[in-house]
Amino acid sequence: MLVKVLIPSGALGLGFSEDALNLGLKKNPDIIAIDGGSTDSGPFYLGTGTSKYSKATTKKEWSVLMKARAEADVPLLIGTAGTCGADSAVDWLLDIAKEIAAETGQSLKICTIKCNQPAARVANALSSGDVSPLKPEVPISEELLASCTNIVALAGVEQINHALESGADIVIAGRTTDTAVIAAYPISKGCHVGAAWHGAKIGECGALCTTKPGSGVILIEFDETGFEITPMDPGAKATPRTVSAHMLYENSNPYQLYEPGGYLEVSQAKYSAVSDKTVRVEGSQWIETAPYTVKLEGATHAGYQTLSHVIIRDARYVENVDRWIDLVKADFLAKFTDFNPNTSSIEFRVMGKDAVLGHLENRNSSAPELGVMVIVTAPTQEQATEIARALNPALLHLALDADEALPTFAFPFSPAETERGPIYEFCLNHVMALNDPLEAFSFDTVEV
Amino acid sequence: MPRLGALVDKVRSKNAGPFWVTVDIFCKQDGSFERICESLSTQAVAALYQVKPEDTLRFDIPSLDVIKFSFPRPNFQGTRFDRDMHGAAIACLLEEFEIT
Repeated sequence: MLVKVLIPSGALGLGFSEDALNLGLKKNPDIIAIDGGSTDSGPFYLGTGTSKYSKATTKKEWSVLMKARAEADVPLLIGTAGTCGADSAVDWLLDIAKEIAAETGQSLKICTIKCNQPAARVANALSSGDVSPLKPEVPISEELLASCTNIVALAGVEQINHALESGADIVIAGRTTDTAVIAAYPISKGCHVGAAWHGAKIGECGALCTTKPGSGVILIEFDETGFEITPMDPGAKATPRTVSAHMLYENSNPYQLYEPGGYLEVSQAKYSAVSDKTVRVEGSQWIETAPYTVKLEGATHAGYQTLSHVIIRDARYVENVDRWIDLVKADFLAKFTDFNPNTSSIEFRVMGKDAVLGHLENRNSSAPELGVMVIVTAPTQEQATEIARALNPALLHLALDADEALPTFAFPFSPAETERGPIYEFCLNHVMALNDPLEAFSFDTVEV
Repeated sequence: MPRLGALVDKVRSKNAGPFWVTVDIFCKQDGSFERICESLSTQAVAALYQVKPEDTLRFDIPSLDVIKFSFPRPNFQGTRFDRDMHGAAIACLLEEFEIT
């Protein structure tokens, strides 16, 4: 048994070489599989159920992949559609697929997998002991679950293969693990299960596991004992080092990867060069665990933000910026007596000093200017902007010393405040046990 | 004392999900891996990031000449006080860390 999976890139929307995709199609793949997102872009996308990438970019790339699917006459599969994999993001990509089908005259069977979890289902599972925390443990409660704008369960190979068994030309899945979209089909055809998951982890970011990461397209051939990985771009090479190093990527443990129903163990894996651009891997192990669990992700609304930016160029103020910020805060608190620190916050991040590392920063900067980003968070947008506006006079003119001439600081924008809208936070780091892998997911097939 | 970054090919950091960050040190393939492993204590790295040593996972991987550290993010990704959505700048502190 040999199953060839063509992987166009690490995520739909990132771009890939169409020439390399065409070279891949000449290898007669059995399926085209691509990931559509992850948590890596932050909680806003799951919070709102929207895509990070533009509709135009997504439509252009998805249209190329739908054409490739038609030419190869094989299934096309995407996981974590629309960055976050929420039901609304699945519907968004389904609508794009329907538009393309109508515009290009394709008749298709499309199966969707929806992964959203009603809060009540997770709350019931929690009360019956079927929800377990992962490390680091974050608090969970019925109220927290009810406050989530989206909760998704990460689908694995069982759910994807159920959708593929419907005979669909295209499967658009909500949140799946990054690896499951690649591992599913080879496992359904009887390939080595450990090799399927391992090859999937190596290939999840497309050509990132090769010498030419930006080229996107790779082909993985799975069989009964292992897998072989080959980049399709003529200038790209896979080497035992580039391939094995990908186990490090975005992975806290480079030897084990937990998935629905078990974990991948690669400490005994052997990586060998088959040619100057193909690597073969054997010795990967899949260890089943019971009960069958799926990981949960949830995002909850965490207030509204308004930003102000001011740039300090005066050398004395650059040198005394911390004291100046303390004076700005004190001036604000003296005037804005309604400020409630339990529900609202004002944070100053000084760019050019320690904006990204905060208290961990250990370098002293001698930057000629400092950017001060003021972040106001409050329960409503109006309150956040009111607070930011009340801070403005001090940000514009507050002097270090009472007896000095009025200073003025540089504002790059008018209005001085920028409304960021609602903000969200990831709030679940848990797994949920299922009696049947399919029970928490819904499947729908449409003909277009 | 030399900066770690001057002795190795690359230090990179990235999220490993919203709750963890991971730092990979790619040593040069010139036999220096073992010496760097010995000079870099887990306690020193945990102190640099102000995380508990017992929460810090460490992997010394001779086949890749890589030392990997993973630890829970002090501010979870994208929360109000998180400053680095992808955990990108975490690597800089270790890159600049002076080792004996």
